[in-house]
Formats: sequence, C-alpha cells, structure tokens
Amino acid sequence: MSIALASGRLVRRRYRLRRVLTEAGSMTLGVVLLIWSLLPVYNMLLIALDPEEGEIEFDGNLWPPEPSLESFRSVVTQEARYLEDFWHQFGNSLFIGLLTMVLTLLIGSLASFAVSRMRLSKGSLLTNAALFTYAIPASFLIVPYYRIMHTYGLANNLWAVIAAQVAFATPFAILILQLYASLIPFELDDAARVDGASAIQLYLRIYLPLMTPALAVVAVYALLLAWNDYLYQAVLLSARNMTVSVTQAQLFVDVDAPWNAMMAAAILYVLPPIALLFALRRYVIAALPVGDVKG
Amino acid sequence: MSSMQQVPAARPRASVKGPRRPSGHRHLRGSDFRWAIACAAPYAAVFFALVIYPVGYALWMASKPSLYADLIKDPLYLPTVVNTLLFVGLGVNVKMFLALLLSGFFMRRRWWIRALLAVYILPWLIAAAQACISFHWMLIGEQGLVDGLLSALFGIDGPIWFNNRWLAVGSNIIAYVWKWTPFWTVIFLAGRMTIPRDIYDAAEVDGATGIRRFVHVTLPLLANLYLLCTLLSTLWTVGDFTTVYLVSGGGPANSTEVLATLGFHYAFDVAKPALGVAAVISTLPVLIPVVILLMRRLQTSEVQL
Repeated sequence: MSIALASGRLVRRRYRLRRVLTEAGSMTLGVVLLIWSLLPVYNMLLIALDPEEGEIEFDGNLWPPEPSLESFRSVVTQEARYLEDFWHQFGNSLFIGLLTMVLTLLIGSLASFAVSRMRLSKGSLLTNAALFTYAIPASFLIVPYYRIMHTYGLANNLWAVIAAQVAFATPFAILILQLYASLIPFELDDAARVDGASAIQLYLRIYLPLMTPALAVVAVYALLLAWNDYLYQAVLLSARNMTVSVTQAQLFVDVDAPWNAMMAAAILYVLPPIALLFALRRYVIAALPVGDVKG
Repeated sequence: MSSMQQVPAARPRASVKGPRRPSGHRHLRGSDFRWAIACAAPYAAVFFALVIYPVGYALWMASKPSLYADLIKDPLYLPTVVNTLLFVGLGVNVKMFLALLLSGFFMRRRWWIRALLAVYILPWLIAAAQACISFHWMLIGEQGLVDGLLSALFGIDGPIWFNNRWLAVGSNIIAYVWKWTPFWTVIFLAGRMTIPRDIYDAAEVDGATGIRRFVHVTLPLLANLYLLCTLLSTLWTVGDFTTVYLVSGGGPANSTEVLATLGFHYAFDVAKPALGVAAVISTLPVLIPVVILLMRRLQTSEVQL
C-alpha cells in the first residue's frame, strides 16, 4: 500500500519535473526566436535613430547615445538626399502592390472557379501550365522581360512591373485556391443551380463568399510578392520613376550616403503590409483553421 | 464562421476525384461552357503573353551552342554553380526543417506564444531588399552589429564576414533563412491545424507523446505537404536574386555569385544579355524534373489533403 503511494508520488513528481522542463525549454526557445527575429530589425532601428548620417558604425552602444527622430522627419519631408521623391516612390510601390493584389485575386479566382467549380474539362491542364511558370524562376526571365516590355510599349511603365508580378503570383494563387475550393461541398452549387442561378451568380454569391479566407491569404501573398520584389522594379523602371524597394540599394555606390534616413524609410515601408495583415487577420486566421484548435 | 466546420462534410467529396465522381465529367451546357471559358481566359492570356512568350524568347536568345562553351570557359561559372547548389541546398532544407519544427512550437496554446508568432512573422513582412541591406550592415565587420555584440558580450573578435568566400556564402544563407522561414512556418502551421485532434488524442492513449508523436503521427501526415513545399521553394530559391545581390553583393571578387546574380551581371554589367540568359537556362535540366515531380505530387496530393 505504502509502496504504491510512494511510487504514485514519484510518478507525479517526475511528471511535474517534466512539465517544468518543457516550459523552461519553450521559454528559452521563445527568447531565442525573439532575438533572432528582431536583431536585423533592431539594427535598422539603431541606424535610423542615429542622428549622424553617413557611415554605419557600431561603437558598443546598445542604444544610440542621442537617439533622434530627425531621420524620420527628413524622410517624411523629403529633405534627405536620394529621397527627394520619397512619397512619389511610395505611391509607386503602393500602386504596384495593390494592383498586383487585385489582379491576382481576380484572375486567379476566375481561373480556379472555372477549373474547380465549373469543372471545365481539361481544366487540370490550366493548373499544370500555371505551375510550369515556376520551372524558370522569375529572376531568370528578367532579360526577356526587359526586351518584351519594350515591344509591348511598356518601358519604364509601372504596368510592366505589375504584369510581371501578376504572372508570377497567379500560379501560387491558383494552387492555394484549388486546394481550398475542393473543401467546399458541390451540393451548394447544385442547390443554387436548381434555384436557377447562373454561372456568374455562383461565382459572386457562393464561390467568393465561401473562399474569403483563401482569398485573404492570396491577397497578402500577392501584395508581399510585389512589395518584396527588387529585381523587376530595378530593371523595368527608370531612376526617376523608382519605387522605395529599389532606392535603398542604389546607395551602395555612395561612401557617405544618408543611411539613417534610408533605414527610416525602410521602417516606414514595412507599415502597409502590416496594416493589410492586421485588417485581414480575421480571415487569415480562418484560413489557418485556428478556430478548430481552441479546444 | 469556421472553414473547418465544412471539412468533415467536404472531405469525402475531395477524396473522390476524377472519373470516380459521377458528376465530375458531365458535359457542360452551352452557356456554362462559354462562362467557364470566359473565366479561364484571363489567366490563359496572362500565361501566353507573360510566361510562354518570355520563356520562348529566353530559349531563343540562349539557343546558340557557342554560348554554353563560353560559359564553361568562364572561370566564374563553375564556382557559381557550386555556390548555387550550396545556397539552394542548405538554404531550402535548413529553412524547411526549421519551419516544420517551429510550426509545432507555435501550435502550443499559450498567450505569449501567440504574441511571439506576431513578432516572428515580421521578417516575412519586411521587404527583402531592406532586410538584406540590414544584414549587410550587421555583418560588415567590426563596425557591424554582430561583431560588435560578439566583442562586447564575449570578447571575441568576430570575422570579417564578406572577406571569406565560405563565410559570405554562409551569411547569404543565414539572411535567406531569416527572411523566409516565417512564411513556410505559417504554411505548416495551417497544415498541422487540419490534422484532426482526435488523431492526437488516440495517439496519446497509445502512449505516443513528444518525439514519438512527431515521428509517427505528425510527420507521416505532413510528409506530402512538406515535400510539395520543398519542391516549390527549391524552384523559387534558385531564382532568388535579392539575397545574394544585397547581402554579400557577390563578393569577395564575385566568388559568392549564384546563377541569378551571375546572369544579371552578364546581362547588365558586362552587356552580354545572351550569355546571361544562357547562364540561367543552363539550370533547366535540373529544374524541369523538379516541376514535373511537383505536378505529379500535386495531383496525388489532392486526394490526401
């Protein structure tokens, strides 16, 4: 009897010890992840808050001795060197990002609707063809794109970049939408058919509303693809009509470029995607079926 | 509304694909057929104008065999191939494996882990160019943050990262892993969340916890997704230009170039566009099988997902 009791206590103690260890382990991992994720961001902030422009020097201070928002002010008022057109460039980035997002959503959802819901015969041909896009990575096509955009009359035109981004974002969009669409029961379509709904009504009334979570994921993905792009914007646009993403790198040729203003601009540039993700968080979380795990 | 509520109902549907679904291959009525074609047309147009045409153009530009002889002769080409293999091979696999493991960590239901997830996906939201420039400055040498911290905290003199080929390649890989692990973690997180809880409960009854649960339950269920994502990510990473171009800049002395940056270098720095295209076309014998594998996997995976 007493042996059983003692061993029970032992098991319980071992169990508790294991729980404490797991907890300590996940705390440690959490701290490591926090440092890992934030170190480059912190580096950006450190440079941005340094009132001195010019070369980057880390002198052992974990925080600039005289942190100042001067660099942010000079960016916002377009006084910083190289950033005279900051808001114009920001507008360009926003235009490219938003249109890439909208067009990818529209073209991708229509294609996925035709293949998965209208059951277009040989539809899988279209989705496979879409995946073929990735056989040649985007950056490998920059030279042909450069030439082709000249023949299309889109040299130095924001639409050239948008076209390229849409071409590379849509295959992934179709992939995600296809996988998600296969989860929507066909009975819904059939019932709507019986009630006399046309194809376009099916798309607007059933497909789009039920696909909202997947569409939200695609929207974030497409915007970030355009937002992250460097190569296409650098090559297809002229220096006078640049985007924020590219301006930064042009400074490597200048020995004392205003890096603090650059990093301030970089920090401002992060805000729109965060705002989008925040606005769509409800849907994105629904697409990651988090609701199911609440338990 | 929860998407998952539909899943149990939809799962059998999704699992009966192709000819076995009786209504799947009925013929579309006239107007429906026209609508379906109209819906697919925009993408078909994008595909022909912006994929087929440029790819065809690229193949035509790189069709002269002498270009490939020039490539092999260029002393930069073979080291670049080695760098590309290292960058893609290590970068993709380390990233994917970390993402798989970390997605399990983020499944834990703690408020602070949820909050951490928000910080953790920040690298994905920061534009690649800016993040890479930040990495460049962090690793620039003794004035960089990393070496500065190393000497302040541990008294170590950090290396000059971009003066050594292997350290510079490593720096590129680290920046790449930093930037892209969060995205795939989110994808795996979504994958893990589709695993019904009862499977875990049943496994727990059978005594499978911790590592055994990971190996015998999670891994088999996520294997297909993992493979799909790895293939897709391989394709994308071979084309990653920004990381190498902005972190190490291909230096020292072009010794860390990858094919994407070398192609750019040929095309825009030394004005040999055909050679640049040839450099990247030379990867096709490796990439086309990867795409075919991906397409095959995708067709079978629709049954399992």
